[in-house]
Amino acid sequence: IVPVTGLCPQAGPYGVQDSLRRGFSSVKNELLPSHPLELSEKNFQLNQDKMNFNTLRNIQGLHAPLKLQMEYRAARQIQRLPFLPSSNLALDTLRGSDDTIGFEDILNDPVQSEMMGDPHIMTEYKLGVL
Amino acid sequence: MATVSVCKYYPGGFSFDNCKRNALLEADISKLGFSSPAARKTGTTICGVVYKDGVVLGADTRATEGMIVADKNCSKIHYISPNIYCCGAGTAADTEMTTQIISSNLELHSLSTGRLPRVATANRMLKQMLFRYQGYIGAALVLGGVDCNGPHLYSIYPHGSTDKLPYVTMGSGSLAAMAVFEDRYRPNMEEEEAKRLVRDAIAAGIFNDLGSGSNIDLCVITKGKVDYLRPHDVANKKGVREDKVYGHPVTGSYRYKHGTTGVLTKTVTPLNLEVVEESVQTMDTS
Repeated sequence: IVPVTGLCPQAGPYGVQDSLRRGFSSVKNELLPSHPLELSEKNFQLNQDKMNFNTLRNIQGLHAPLKLQMEYRAARQIQRLPFLPSSNLALDTLRGSDDTIGFEDILNDPVQSEMMGDPHIMTEYKLGVL
Repeated sequence: MATVSVCKYYPGGFSFDNCKRNALLEADISKLGFSSPAARKTGTTICGVVYKDGVVLGADTRATEGMIVADKNCSKIHYISPNIYCCGAGTAADTEMTTQIISSNLELHSLSTGRLPRVATANRMLKQMLFRYQGYIGAALVLGGVDCNGPHLYSIYPHGSTDKLPYVTMGSGSLAAMAVFEDRYRPNMEEEEAKRLVRDAIAAGIFNDLGSGSNIDLCVITKGKVDYLRPHDVANKKGVREDKVYGHPVTGSYRYKHGTTGVLTKTVTPLNLEVVEESVQTMDTS
């Protein structure tokens, strides 16, 4: 279990420490992940991509992963308005995850999330005016 | 005005928000003397055997929640694809969801390749998913099927290790079932003999293990045909209620037999009625 800074900031909404949901604040509480799988799940897609790009570099040379990463970067920029969830269709197609189903499609689907950021604040944040 | 906060969209999947709160609650609850609710497990006997033409999978049908039987007739043999079936032991929800996810993925995969899916593909998908979650998904599976390379049987453990064997057992009753297999297994059995062997192995698990019980389900998979026998054998018949009327059992009937009450005297008084008025009222059938 590896401590990571900034993993679970004790502040809830309104910036005050949230005793009901996170318990009393302590340095250990803030640094350590709440579950052994939390870190590994958060970085799972990243680590998979790194591994795949490495293999691709070893097999086909440097240009292949470079070109793919450029395409990923382009596809990631196709989003809707800042406060709306995006379907990431281009990114999914590139990754090949458009014909697989995993827990991220069943549990906590972002399309069905009950929270939405305030439109004005989100656009101001995106434009850097905030 | 209160502080404004910007919402970041999380990609979905498992959320670990409540883990710290749950850990605190667990610690406090045991101090008060209560215990948190137990997940429904299948404390099971499942097994599979490869015979001459294919694979026979067997399972019992009891689901437990701690010390209580939660489901007397649950189905533990899950469909993965038309030629592949999977028995699941461990946490009931985990086996159910895992097999459904892998079944959907295999269907998409087979549509994309245009071929019948192979058992090795299902095995590889299951072991990669279970290893990713480091054993926190409690699903111990027996995967069997017939594909273009013949019949295959795999056992998959919750941490992601797999074994490819001619006969496997899993679950709390696995030792009892394995004892039967080790005694009577022969390579290249006939279908009837294989079915009898699996039935006896599951029966051994049912009668010698508290976590297994009720009926025996069998699934016989051959090239091009699947026989899902549910229930194949009702090993534990539920008792019948005592009151039987007219020869067949009637639960909770309050009818008494003729002659229960003795008749002492009988008087018949005819009532003379006079017809005073007769009128016909037509029904409105329009």
